Amino acid sequence: MSTEQTEETTASIYAPVVDTPTNYVREPAGAHPPLDYPPYKSTALRHPTQPLIYLPQTISEVTGPALGETLAIAPGDADLTGQHEGEPIGERITVSGRIFDTEGKPLRNTLVEVWQANACGRYRHRWDNWPAPLDPNFSGAGRCLTDDEGRYRFTTIKPGPYPWGNHYNAWRPAHIHFSLMGRAFAQRLVTQMYFPGDPFFPYDPIFNSVRDEAARQRMVSTFSIHGTQPDWAAAYEFDIFLRGPAATPFEEAH
Amino acid sequence: MIFQTTPSQTVGPYFAIGLPWAEGPNVVAPGTPGAITISGTIYDGAGQPIPDHLIETWQADPDGRYADAHGYGGASSMAGFRGFARYGVEVGDGEYRILTVKPGRAVAPGGRRQAPHIAVNLMARGMLHRVVTRIYFGDEVEANVEDPILGLVPADRRHTLIATPEDGGYRFDIHLQGPDETVFFDV
Repeated sequence: MSTEQTEETTASIYAPVVDTPTNYVREPAGAHPPLDYPPYKSTALRHPTQPLIYLPQTISEVTGPALGETLAIAPGDADLTGQHEGEPIGERITVSGRIFDTEGKPLRNTLVEVWQANACGRYRHRWDNWPAPLDPNFSGAGRCLTDDEGRYRFTTIKPGPYPWGNHYNAWRPAHIHFSLMGRAFAQRLVTQMYFPGDPFFPYDPIFNSVRDEAARQRMVSTFSIHGTQPDWAAAYEFDIFLRGPAATPFEEAH
Repeated sequence: MIFQTTPSQTVGPYFAIGLPWAEGPNVVAPGTPGAITISGTIYDGAGQPIPDHLIETWQADPDGRYADAHGYGGASSMAGFRGFARYGVEVGDGEYRILTVKPGRAVAPGGRRQAPHIAVNLMARGMLHRVVTRIYFGDEVEANVEDPILGLVPADRRHTLIATPEDGGYRFDIHLQGPDETVFFDV
């Protein structure tokens, strides 16, 4: 996130609430893509032009909802291939991994939501009408809660790449959208998981909006021959890291 | 910080197949005594409503307590209070509407209290990362003056964070750009 506060300004505006517990770490510049990124044209009218104002975290940012009960999540919600009478067309895969914070601590019982295009690269959404077939046996959305070790696991179909209107002959690399609630408002993250070696990587402004190569690679899943189920499904692994506690000692906000 | 975070990517135009759910916009159940609506429109830099935005809110209950799994500050004891709303717009008007109760004054450091407020996440196609803002209330003048976060906002921009009372609740529009560009926070 781009913060254009100078250190001096940050220090002075921080002063009135200096004993606020800053519980979640501030990420280094470049950890996330810039909101204003001209190669991705839709950012032009959809990014703030004023600098973000540094907000010392309060109880409102270090707390968060537990949506597991609200959503009544069923085990079947994590199997995107089992939501219809028939089997969807495509490469059956499992996508699994763990949700950690930046201290390496797993996040238990946290909501993971995914949505994606079908094997032909088409979403079951009324605004997506490029000439690729819909699959009557594939809706393309799933969700689950992480287990005690922070693990999640989905069974799905490998999504296809698809064209979009950003520039002439623009294509999105195959991806699965991930939404992570974490355990606090400060940890909220929406990202996309990519597949290793996708030939569309060099041409996609959304993937390349993350300017740091190492950071970009953190969005790319790993093929796992060990996770592959013989005669059933290939396996990809994708670990996700959300902001963890800052170095300052944790204080409960009483 | 031992590990680096996974980078953010845009929620894209098709999140509606996965993220919204029927009761998502309800912080409290319909019919809850004291329930109010908060509604508004999200505008882009051309002043046009954004037809594919996803807004999420997080707030304290009327006692200033959060329905939080950690129990920080003492967990909310209000029955049926979730504290969280998610509204994914699926028609082209760029509006949102949540059903909630007015939050109380959550704790702030040094024995102070924050003014009633609602934390807001906004995501959309064309936004590579969420933006975060806060909704304060136009009829909480005294509390707003004392609020430690509102005090960090330049006086001439504070009005962009203040919801206007209207029948049955409040109105709060968000402008991503322009002369009334909403204040967004680095949290």
